[in-house]
Amino acid sequence: MSNRKFSRRDALKAGALGTVGLAAGAGGLSLPALGQSTAAQGPTHGSHHDMVTVGQLAPGSFDPTAFLTRFDGGNVSRLPSGQVLREYEFVAEDREIEVAPGVFYPAWTYNGQVPGPTIRCTEGDRLRIRFSNKGSHSHSIHFHGVHPSNMDGAFEPVHPGRSFVYEFDAEPFGLHLYHCHTVPIKRHIHKGLYGAFIVDPKGGRPPAHEMVMVMNAFDTNFDNENEIYAVNTVAFHYQKHPIVIRQHELVRVYVVNVTEFDLLNSFHLHGNLYRLYRTGTDLERYEFTDMVSMAQGERAILEFSYKHPGPFMFHAHQSEFAELGWSGVFLVQEVPHA
Amino acid sequence: MPELESPPQRGRAPAPPLSPEPPRQGGVPLWLKGLAPLVLLAGLVFLFLRVGPVGVFRATFPPVEELSLERIRLPEPGVLEVRVVNGGPEAVTIAQIMVDDANWVHTLDGSRRLERLERRTVRIPYPWVEGEPHTVTLLTSTGLTFSTTLAVATQSPAVDARYLGTFALLGVYAGVIPVFIGLLWLPFVRSVERRWIDFFLSLTIGLLVFLGVDALEEALATSALVPGAYQGPALVLFGLLGTPLVIGALGQWRARARGRRSPLWVAGLIAFGIGLHNLGEGLAIGTSYATGEIALGTFLVIGFLLHNTTEGLGIVTPLAGERPRIRTLLLLGALAGVPTVIGAWIGGFTYSPLWSTLFFAIGAGAIVVVVSELWRLFAHRSPGGLLAPLNAAGVLVGMLIMYATGLLVTA
Repeated sequence: MSNRKFSRRDALKAGALGTVGLAAGAGGLSLPALGQSTAAQGPTHGSHHDMVTVGQLAPGSFDPTAFLTRFDGGNVSRLPSGQVLREYEFVAEDREIEVAPGVFYPAWTYNGQVPGPTIRCTEGDRLRIRFSNKGSHSHSIHFHGVHPSNMDGAFEPVHPGRSFVYEFDAEPFGLHLYHCHTVPIKRHIHKGLYGAFIVDPKGGRPPAHEMVMVMNAFDTNFDNENEIYAVNTVAFHYQKHPIVIRQHELVRVYVVNVTEFDLLNSFHLHGNLYRLYRTGTDLERYEFTDMVSMAQGERAILEFSYKHPGPFMFHAHQSEFAELGWSGVFLVQEVPHA
Repeated sequence: MPELESPPQRGRAPAPPLSPEPPRQGGVPLWLKGLAPLVLLAGLVFLFLRVGPVGVFRATFPPVEELSLERIRLPEPGVLEVRVVNGGPEAVTIAQIMVDDANWVHTLDGSRRLERLERRTVRIPYPWVEGEPHTVTLLTSTGLTFSTTLAVATQSPAVDARYLGTFALLGVYAGVIPVFIGLLWLPFVRSVERRWIDFFLSLTIGLLVFLGVDALEEALATSALVPGAYQGPALVLFGLLGTPLVIGALGQWRARARGRRSPLWVAGLIAFGIGLHNLGEGLAIGTSYATGEIALGTFLVIGFLLHNTTEGLGIVTPLAGERPRIRTLLLLGALAGVPTVIGAWIGGFTYSPLWSTLFFAIGAGAIVVVVSELWRLFAHRSPGGLLAPLNAAGVLVGMLIMYATGLLVTA
């Protein structure tokens, strides 16, 4: 592009041959340090204040901050047997979503949002999901977990204008996910048809400040490579709008990876380590770490509490993903000793 | 508008085809005949704009966006500037910027929305690394990306006396000195036998053909970088064919005034053609130097010296039978050589593929004229023309010299 052709007189690239006195002063360059400003500018402008997107989302856009702690228990009733029944309405529709300020992506969505609603239930509950497809292509919902073959969503594409009812018992407990399984699957996933599916153990987990983070990415120019990375869709959202937690409080993060095209994604926490429960299907911790790598479809529950107050980053430890949007900040508020 | 059409003539023999129709008296005035289609066209455009594009033209097509990143400048450490032009048919909104695959803060010297053919400069506070490549990507509101890569990062020169001096020196080395040295062959070509003069003239043709092809190749290469709306290849056509037309018409008019084509006119034409070629070359040198794509080594300057000296020989050879004044010679040399300096200045300061394409194309067109003029000169003076063995050898040697000295500068 700007390195236009210089064919015949081409390119004695820098330093290839002796330089002549004509060379204008290239010496004396001092590189400015990244983040030469200080932490005094506050958490949103910490050492990474230059490496972010500019601007704000349009008003009325999907709000990742609200999504973070929104768990959908469905319409709850009881079956004659006494079993808890949770009913959901899911609608697939085409919608343009904002994945970074000013960047619009022609998504396919469940209920108009990406990720779709976070389904939350308890092991043994009966789930009934009425799915209607108002999109332009066939779609389905494929749940991870245990269920009959005809409820798997893999072999029954729901054509535009049609509907389908998925019904099964939630098992086993753990952190699962759901996504469209219509071919070409790659496109149906990276266009936005996915969400977290949490099945709590019957006895529940210890009380905590809970949040859900779906690691996703967007190939905005459709070249089979992602341009934008994030948790919960919007690049750098939690860096610009830090997640406020309290010192010493137990925090539980449900992390699901649906990133398309890249083999791995990861979750790295600053200034702390977390108890890692892979897939959440076991109540014993798997590892005590600050770094977990996950392929597409893998998920993990992280539990931690902060010893020190202040802003702490969390991000993918694929630096490229972090620099293209998958970075956030926990703002730990000091709790005075009683 | 039926009154504009001739009424259908039923049941009558058609008018004899060969006899021209006499101008009708009292009919529609001539100016109206000429204007009517334009009025109709204007009405149609108005209607189209008023009613809006017919659905089928727009409907579900994805937006066609095209941004050209014309140039990256590094005005100071830690700052990167990108000049961008919207060369596509639709307005484009720049939503975000990535440098080396990282989102980065930035400012624009205007709104984020670029109408057709609008330009912006994007300023990015990025800690670029001396001597290493950097890639800037613009992400538009529709998610399309446009990238450009700076091959070797080095601080762009500021426009000051030192800068102008450096680039003037660059142009003097690459263009002016070699041409003037070449002019010093005049006494030599004046003293040699006529058939050797013919040899040198054909050698000049060889040199020029080589330069012409080179300029055309450069024009086509840079035309690919011109924003689509400016139609790069069409610019090449303008330069290549328009220049001979203009110069040819000028020559006709002048020949009529003077009665003959003077050798000085031919030499002047050659100098002019070479000058345009050198202007394009200066642009390229200046730009590449300013953007750090070339380091001007001793070797490269020597290459230019040798290569362009032959251009001077080309200018003086038609003057073998003349006694030009020193002032005239200086003027010819300046005409051919000084554009290199001007080109280097422009190129280092503000490169645009558009101008570069145009200059190279005009240069190529000018050389077409010059070669055809020399060809005609041959028809008058040499019985065998260019195909006489010595002359044919001259053309080949001319091309060979260019090729050989060209090796030095491509290195």
